[in-house]
Amino acid sequence: MATQVVMPKLSPTMEEGQLSRWLKKEGDKVSVGEGLAEIDTDKATMEAQALATGVLRKILVPEGETVPLGAIIAIIGEPDEDISGLVTEASKGAAQAEKKEPVEERQESQPAKSDAPSDYQPGQWMGDTASAEQPTKEAPQAQPQASAGGNGQRGDGRLIVSPIAARMAADAGINLHNLTGSGPGGRIVKRDIEAAMKAGSAAQPQTQSAAQPQEEQARPAPVQQPAVQPAGGAAPYREENVSTMRATIARRLVTSLGPIPHIFLTTEIEMDRTAEMRKQLNALDPENKVSINDFVIKVAAHALMRHPAVNASFQEKTIRYYERADVGVAVALENGLITPVVRAANTKSVGQISREVKELAERARNRKLAPEEYTGATFSVSNLGMFGISEFTALINPPEACILAVGAMTPTPVVRDGEVVVRQLMKVTLSCDHRIVDGATGAQFLQTLKKILENPLYLIA
Amino acid sequence: MSELKVTPMRPRTQSEGASAGAGVAEERDERDRIDPAELQDEHEQRHQEQLKHIEHVDNETLLKMLYQMVLIRRFEEKSAESYTLGKIGGFCHLYIGQEAVAVGTLSALRPDDYVLTSYRDHGHALVMGTSPDEVMAELYGKIGGCSKGKGGSMHLFDADKHFLGGHGIVGGQIPLATGVAYATKYRGTDQATLVFFGEAAVNQGAFHESLNMAQLWKLPCVYICENNQYGMGTSLKRAMSISDVSQKAVAYGMAAEFVDGMDVLAVRAATERALERARKEYLPSLLEIRTYRFMGHSMSDPGHYRTRAEIERYQERDPIKVFGDNLREKGLLDDAGLKEIEGRVRAEVEHAVKFADESPEPPPEELFTDIYANPIKK
Amino acid sequence: MREALNQAMREEMRRDEGVFLMGEEVAAYQGAYKVSKGLLEEFGDKRVVDSPITELGFAGLGVGAAMVGLRPIIEFMTFNFSILATDQIINSAAKMRYMSGGQFKIPIVFRGPNGSAFQVSSQHSQALESWYAHFPGLKVVMPSTPADAKGLLKSAIRDNDPVIFLEQERMYGNKGEVPDEEDFLVPLGVADVKREGTDCTVVARSMTVPLALKAAEELEKQGVSVEVIDPRTIRPLDIETIVNSVKKTNRVVIAEESHAFCGVGAELSAQIMEHAFDYLDAPVKRLSGADAPMPYAKNLERLALPDVERIVKAVREVSYLD
Repeated sequence: MATQVVMPKLSPTMEEGQLSRWLKKEGDKVSVGEGLAEIDTDKATMEAQALATGVLRKILVPEGETVPLGAIIAIIGEPDEDISGLVTEASKGAAQAEKKEPVEERQESQPAKSDAPSDYQPGQWMGDTASAEQPTKEAPQAQPQASAGGNGQRGDGRLIVSPIAARMAADAGINLHNLTGSGPGGRIVKRDIEAAMKAGSAAQPQTQSAAQPQEEQARPAPVQQPAVQPAGGAAPYREENVSTMRATIARRLVTSLGPIPHIFLTTEIEMDRTAEMRKQLNALDPENKVSINDFVIKVAAHALMRHPAVNASFQEKTIRYYERADVGVAVALENGLITPVVRAANTKSVGQISREVKELAERARNRKLAPEEYTGATFSVSNLGMFGISEFTALINPPEACILAVGAMTPTPVVRDGEVVVRQLMKVTLSCDHRIVDGATGAQFLQTLKKILENPLYLIA
Repeated sequence: MSELKVTPMRPRTQSEGASAGAGVAEERDERDRIDPAELQDEHEQRHQEQLKHIEHVDNETLLKMLYQMVLIRRFEEKSAESYTLGKIGGFCHLYIGQEAVAVGTLSALRPDDYVLTSYRDHGHALVMGTSPDEVMAELYGKIGGCSKGKGGSMHLFDADKHFLGGHGIVGGQIPLATGVAYATKYRGTDQATLVFFGEAAVNQGAFHESLNMAQLWKLPCVYICENNQYGMGTSLKRAMSISDVSQKAVAYGMAAEFVDGMDVLAVRAATERALERARKEYLPSLLEIRTYRFMGHSMSDPGHYRTRAEIERYQERDPIKVFGDNLREKGLLDDAGLKEIEGRVRAEVEHAVKFADESPEPPPEELFTDIYANPIKK
Repeated sequence: MREALNQAMREEMRRDEGVFLMGEEVAAYQGAYKVSKGLLEEFGDKRVVDSPITELGFAGLGVGAAMVGLRPIIEFMTFNFSILATDQIINSAAKMRYMSGGQFKIPIVFRGPNGSAFQVSSQHSQALESWYAHFPGLKVVMPSTPADAKGLLKSAIRDNDPVIFLEQERMYGNKGEVPDEEDFLVPLGVADVKREGTDCTVVARSMTVPLALKAAEELEKQGVSVEVIDPRTIRPLDIETIVNSVKKTNRVVIAEESHAFCGVGAELSAQIMEHAFDYLDAPVKRLSGADAPMPYAKNLERLALPDVERIVKAVREVSYLD
């Protein structure tokens, strides 16, 4: 019996995957558990495994192409089996998807998926960045088949790893999701861990390059790169597939400003005392230098505890108030951005936060974060100070209620006690989900934040 | 090769005319046609014979034998009662009706002789001297039982009394007894080994293999077939091509006797002859003791395979009643004496029930003790 | 090997009057495999006894003699014939002590060749260790070297429990150093590391031990360091030594000539999984006798049994080398 191979769900937020590399070619024998292809998900590069044994008869999705969860990407069958029916079926599905409007398609598929377990938030249906950005067939196709994602649960992203390898990896802090197993069926075995431990960072570029077929896409900006200007005639251009991560960023961000009524509150903070404290701290421990942003995270977390309305989430019928501050810290990557989470930042010291942010950022750059490490923040901080941005507004990362955009610290002449003095001023802008955070609520939070950053001794008061 | 020493088959029953054994060996409807007058004659002959036997046994032994028979009977009646009350579980094979066999044979033994039997073993254990308390506690599955509650009804053991057990697999004890006899001869003693089994075990290979080795190597073992005529519900006739069990010995050149199992003293006398062969010449014997169990095979046996008339006819020759009557006739027992025996038995059985009731269950750690004599600890 | 077994019996018979040997052709014929050679001459026909071909009978006779204190050695010409005697071995020997609440010791040894011989077909080539190892109350011993054979048999004879002592016909001619001392004993229940290694553990017993050692030599040339463990006693099983080895090597191959299904290898696999799961780098690999009755044809017989080549291949497989 021939079996359809579908795009598996490999991360909790994944809705589509880019087929970055086929590990088998048509005609190869495959068995259950064996790696079939590398899939670039929204957050990491993972392996899709065969769920049937036989011969890889037909590859339906070429490398580099992105398809939604549940889309048929290949067919496995007996060597001499007639699979034409399945191939037609698969291509028909794709063709239909191409023709129909997303809305129609959704209606059609709705009854079927009504009871399907769904990780998808309603907002995610509101628009599709991919269609906005890329006028190719992927966009419309994405939606209908993403709806089939409910039954695409089969690809559960289960890791195959030997017990000793799992233990060694846990001990060494190695994320198994980033390793390719050398055992049968891609099983990660002891020697893979040993190699990873030995190679250390040397092993990382490899992983990264696999995860990043379009290395030109180095910019974090969510806009397609303009073509290079030629001398005359029609402007020449170059077209690249949208990477899965880019597509996710795009899709998630339009679920932000669109459905969420934002308000923006800006304040100016005199950072001299914090800067001084940072200097002293760094003098004490030059090995582990802390940044101004680490202070911002710490103080924001502190302030969140006093202003629970800001540390909350609008859940349509309820408002969820979080009891600790899990602060997402936006990290720019070469080809995107990701927001690893400092859990319970309210309970951690500046130094601890600093170390954690560095470690998370490092692994984020190497795309070695596990899904649980970049999801589930209760509040986010985005700092573009290092790029000389003095002030900006950030888009809320739903379902969080607020995000704090932090600008650069700038020496500024100010009048104090009738005299002109130079102070280190820093502008921060809080974006609030107005459905639960009113202007005054946000302002009170900012007051607390400002008060502590201006007098960081309050942290220990 | 050992010399052949074949005792003529069924010496007494043949010489003394009509045999109850021959009668019951016939099909049931034939038996039911037995002429009552003929039966009366036969009973009278048996009666006279036992009276003669009584003269050769001392009074104390006689009364002790009666006591043991009554003890088994009352003990088993109590067991049946306890079984119906749910105090005894599993299989429970009663000895009622067969008391003359255990008492008659074992009364002829020395304390250093060995005894093995099948799962119908309560009577043998009691006669071998295992206290009713320990036997009843074993039936109750209590720590005070002779096997600490781990063997149950079918597996009573008393090493000190040289009672080497009740064994659950039909015929399984026969090779074991052969080995015990082998060991006594190996050591050069004149101890004998008695092994009991039902007639159904005679069809097992273990029986034939054992008889062959015992005669071949001249082992002092007495093989006692308690022929109660039914292997569970299957009558002898339906299970054995030659239903004269004692005749099986011929194949091995072994001495054999056919004995009336309702006559405790006939049983005793036959055993004494077999023991003499064992002690003096290291020779085995096969005794077929024809008996009858008044109860079902086990407590769970409805007994549809026998007629009421058949059971009643045997109950007329209840070995305890016959023996008691004859003792009275000889003036060795009166009402008071019988009452005294019944009184003592009742007290002993009541005590056993009380003891069994009060004895604690085996503690959980008993589950894992006694598996190895030399356990290897890790 | 046969000389080592002979020495063990001879020494123990000299040491203890209660030890006697019984079985088919053990006396006048000097043993079907000459293991009892010369014993009749030294100990006489009371202690070295030719039995009729009556396995159930003389097995039971042995158990009875053991109940009253003798120490019988019951030889099965091959363990294939012990199948006739299983009632006495399992229902009597294994359970007597327990059923009687500890009143009896059963110091008996059942010994003889187990497993395959050469081209004797299905009824005469069976490895029965898992049958006997299944039952609490029995001890099961399988020596692989002449020295172990001697030391283990002496321990088995002195042991107060029924011991199933499984030899291997193919190994009777094997040579090896054997200590002479009267008190050379190899304790029951102690595994032996026949060769140390770091990359993969091979648990072998009886005839697969020499095969495993040869495979280890071969693998060494290929850069794979193999540890060969011989449990020597199947019950009680020295799982600790095996588990410690697995913790070191993370990989296990079990080589056995018996069938895999419900076999000793299955038990070992389960225990390794229970005790060393977190240390495994590969699933435990069993290399067992074919799941078919033993064929007569030479080529098929060879196919039915583990060999050096297949052990090498199995080790490479669990080491992810192929």
